[in-house]
Amino acid sequence: MSTVDSVRNRLDTLPDVGLVIGFIASIWAVMLVLAIAVGGANWANLAAGFIGSVTVLMGGYAILALALNLQWGYTGLFNIGIAGFMAVGAYTTAVLTAPTDPAAGAVPGLGLPLWVGLIGGMVMAAIIGGLAALPALRLKADYLAIVTVAFSEIIRLVVNWNGLAEVSLFGVPFGTGGATGISFKSANEVASTFINGVGQPIVAAAEGVGVSGPNLANLTYGILLLLVVAASYWVLARITNSPFGRVLKAIREDETVTQSLGKDTRRFKIKTFMIGCALMGLAGVLFRGQAGYVSPQQFRPTITFYVFAALIIGGSGSNTGSIIGAATFSGLLFYLPARLGENVSLGGTRAPGNIIDAVAGLGSLDPLPLLAYTISNISTLRFVLIGVVLIYIIQNQPDGLLGHRNEPATSVSLDRPQSGSGGETDE
Amino acid sequence: MGIAEFARDGRVVMGDRPGAAVVAAVSGFLLLDLVAKLAGTTVFFLGTRLLGGSLTVGSLLSMVVDGLLVGLAVGLAGIGLSMTYSILDFANFAHGDTVTAGAFLGWVAAYITAGLGTGAPISELFMLNSGRQLSTVSTFLPVLLGLVVAGIGSVAVVLLVDRLTYRPMRNTDNISLLIASIGVALALRYLIAFVFGTQTSGVASGGLRVTLFSMISITDNEITLLVVSVLLMLGVHLLLQRTKLGKAMRAMADNEDLARVTGIPTERVIRLTWILGGGLAGIGGYLLVLESGTISFNFGWILLLLIFAAVIVGGIGSIYGAMAGGILIGLVDSLALIWLPSGLTRASAFLVLIVVLLLRPSGIFGGVSTA
Repeated sequence: MSTVDSVRNRLDTLPDVGLVIGFIASIWAVMLVLAIAVGGANWANLAAGFIGSVTVLMGGYAILALALNLQWGYTGLFNIGIAGFMAVGAYTTAVLTAPTDPAAGAVPGLGLPLWVGLIGGMVMAAIIGGLAALPALRLKADYLAIVTVAFSEIIRLVVNWNGLAEVSLFGVPFGTGGATGISFKSANEVASTFINGVGQPIVAAAEGVGVSGPNLANLTYGILLLLVVAASYWVLARITNSPFGRVLKAIREDETVTQSLGKDTRRFKIKTFMIGCALMGLAGVLFRGQAGYVSPQQFRPTITFYVFAALIIGGSGSNTGSIIGAATFSGLLFYLPARLGENVSLGGTRAPGNIIDAVAGLGSLDPLPLLAYTISNISTLRFVLIGVVLIYIIQNQPDGLLGHRNEPATSVSLDRPQSGSGGETDE
Repeated sequence: MGIAEFARDGRVVMGDRPGAAVVAAVSGFLLLDLVAKLAGTTVFFLGTRLLGGSLTVGSLLSMVVDGLLVGLAVGLAGIGLSMTYSILDFANFAHGDTVTAGAFLGWVAAYITAGLGTGAPISELFMLNSGRQLSTVSTFLPVLLGLVVAGIGSVAVVLLVDRLTYRPMRNTDNISLLIASIGVALALRYLIAFVFGTQTSGVASGGLRVTLFSMISITDNEITLLVVSVLLMLGVHLLLQRTKLGKAMRAMADNEDLARVTGIPTERVIRLTWILGGGLAGIGGYLLVLESGTISFNFGWILLLLIFAAVIVGGIGSIYGAMAGGILIGLVDSLALIWLPSGLTRASAFLVLIVVLLLRPSGIFGGVSTA
C-alpha cells in the first residue's frame, strides 16, 4: 500500500468537520513552530502574523476551490477563466461601494453600503458567467477552457483600459480606475470595527503577549473568511445533495443518458456555471480586495491555475477535498516556502546576486553559495514545486486526496455487493 | 449566379447562421470605415460620427508590416502547438514557456559569443545585462548561432519534458494531459526565472534601418525575422509534402490506433512532432525577441493565448492554417489600433479567437487537416 493510500485511509476514518478543522489546526501549528523557531522574543507577534496571513490565503483559495469544484468536479465544466469572474465580482463591489467623494486622484463610486456591494458583485459575476456560458457550453471541454481563459483576459484588459477609468452615466461619475485600480469600502473594515468595538478586551489581552493590532485584525479577517467558507460549504452541500445536484452528477457521468431521461442539461449547466461564478466573484472581493483596493494586476490568469492546483491536490468532486486541497496548497506549497526562505539564513554566507556566481562556488567544492542562492530565491522555486506536484498528482494520484469520494449520481449504490474472492460465502 | 439566387442565398445565410451574418456585417462596416478613413472623409449621421476620420496610407502600411512580423513569429510558434494538438490530442499550455526557454537559450548563446573578448564578465553576459544591443548587421555570426541554439535547445527541452511528463500518460484523457501541461508551464517558467531572474532585459535593437518604397521603414532585425520565418515555413511545407513523415502525421491525427496497425511507428512520429514543433517554437521566440528587443521570463506565457488564437483561427491540426492564422491574428492585433484605443487591441485578438471557436470551431479554412 502506498503512502498516499494509507494517508487516504486515515483521512477516511475521520468525520469531515473534524478532518477540516484538524487540517487547518495542523497548518496553524506548523506556522506557530516556525514563528517560535525564528522569532526569538517576538515570537507571539510573528506567529499571529503568519497564522493570520495563512488563514486569509486558505479561506480565499477554499472559496475559489469550492466554486470550481461545483463547476468542474460536479458538472465537468472546465472553466479556466476564474480570474476574470473574480475581477467582475471585485470590480462591481468596488464601483458600488467606493465613496462618492474620494481622496484626490482616486475614482469616485456610488457610495452604497458594503452588503449591497457584495450582493451586487455576486449577481454581476453570475450574470456575466451566464452570458459567457450561454454560447460556450456547446463546446468540447478543452475548447471551453480556451474560451474562458480568453474571456478572462478580455475582462482584465477592459478594466485595465483607461477609457473606463472614470466615466459618467446620467450625471453620476464612477469608473474602474484603469491600471491604477480603485479603492473602496472593504470587508476588512468589518474586522477592524469588530476589534475596535466589541473586541477591545481581546486586543488588550493580545497586546499583553505582544501581538500587534494589525496582525490581530488580519487574523480576525482570516477567521471571518473561514466562516464564509463554512457557509459556502453548507450551501454547496445542500445544492449537491438535492435533486438538482443529482442531475449535475448525472451530467458528469453521462450527459447523453441524462438528456434522454428528459433533463434539459444545458439549463442545468448554465445554472451551475452561474452559481460557481457568483461564488468566484465573492472570493474576488473578499480575498483579492481585502485591503480595500483592487487593480487589474491582481486578476492575471495565473491565479486561476493556482485554484486548479488546489482543487486537484484536494481531489475534484469532493467539497471537503476542495477545502483540504486549498489549505494544503496555500499553507504548505504557497506560503510556507516563502516564509522559510525569508527566515532561514546560512550563517554568514551571503546569497550571490546571480546564478553564475552561485554555481562558481561549486568549482571550489563550496556548495554554500548555490544553497544560499536557492534559499533566497525560494519564492520563485515554490512555483516549480507547485508545477511538479501538479504533474505528479495527475500522473499517479489523479483523484487527489479525497477525489475517490466522488459521489455517485444514484441515491443508492449500484456497485456489486462486496463478497469474498468469489464462490460460496456461507460455508 | 443570378441576383435573385444570390439574394436567396444571402437570406438563407441570415436565417441559418445569424452569427456569421453579424460577423459579415461588422467586417463590412469596418472595411467601409477604413476606406473612408483612408480617403480622409467623415460621414455623419444624426449628428454623430458614423464612420471615417483620417489615416494615412503610410501609417496603415507600417501597421500592416508590424502585424505581419509578429504574425509570422506567432505562426511559426503555432505550428508546434497545432501539431501536438492534433497528434497527441491535447491543448498544450506549456507551449508558450517552450518559446521562452528556446529564446533564452538562443540569446544567452548569442550574447556570450558576441561578448567574448570585449572584457565583459561572463556572469553579466549570461544574465543578458551587459547592456549590449545585438543586431543582425553588426553581429551576424552570434545572431545566427543564437538562432541555431534556440532551435536545438528548445528541442532538447521538449524531448525531456515529453519523456518525464507526457510519455507516461499517453493513453490518458486530454483534460489530464492539459492539466499536466499547466504543471509543466509553471515549472518551466519559474525555473527560467530562477536562473535568469524576473527582470526584463534589452538585448537587441535594429542596426540598420531601410526605407522601402519611401513609405515602409524596416530594420535589419525585422528583415531577418521575415526571411527566416518564411524560409522555415517553406521548409516545413517541403518536409511534409515530400517525405513520408507528413503522411504518417496525417494518419496519426486521423486515427492513432489505425495508424499503428498500418505499421506507422507512432512513438517515433510523436517524437518527430515534438522535435519539429519545439524547434520552431524556440526559433519563433528567438526571432520575436530579435524584433521586439526585450526578453523576460514570462513573455512566452503572455504570448500563449495569441498562439492559441492563431492555431484555432487557422483550424487545429492544420499546419498551413497555423501559419495563416498567425499572420491573421498578428494583423488583427496590430490593425485593431485603427478602430480601438491602444489598451484594447489585444482584447480584439482574443475576441476573434472566441468568435471563431463559437461560430466555426474547425477554423476559418474549414478544418482541412493538411499536416
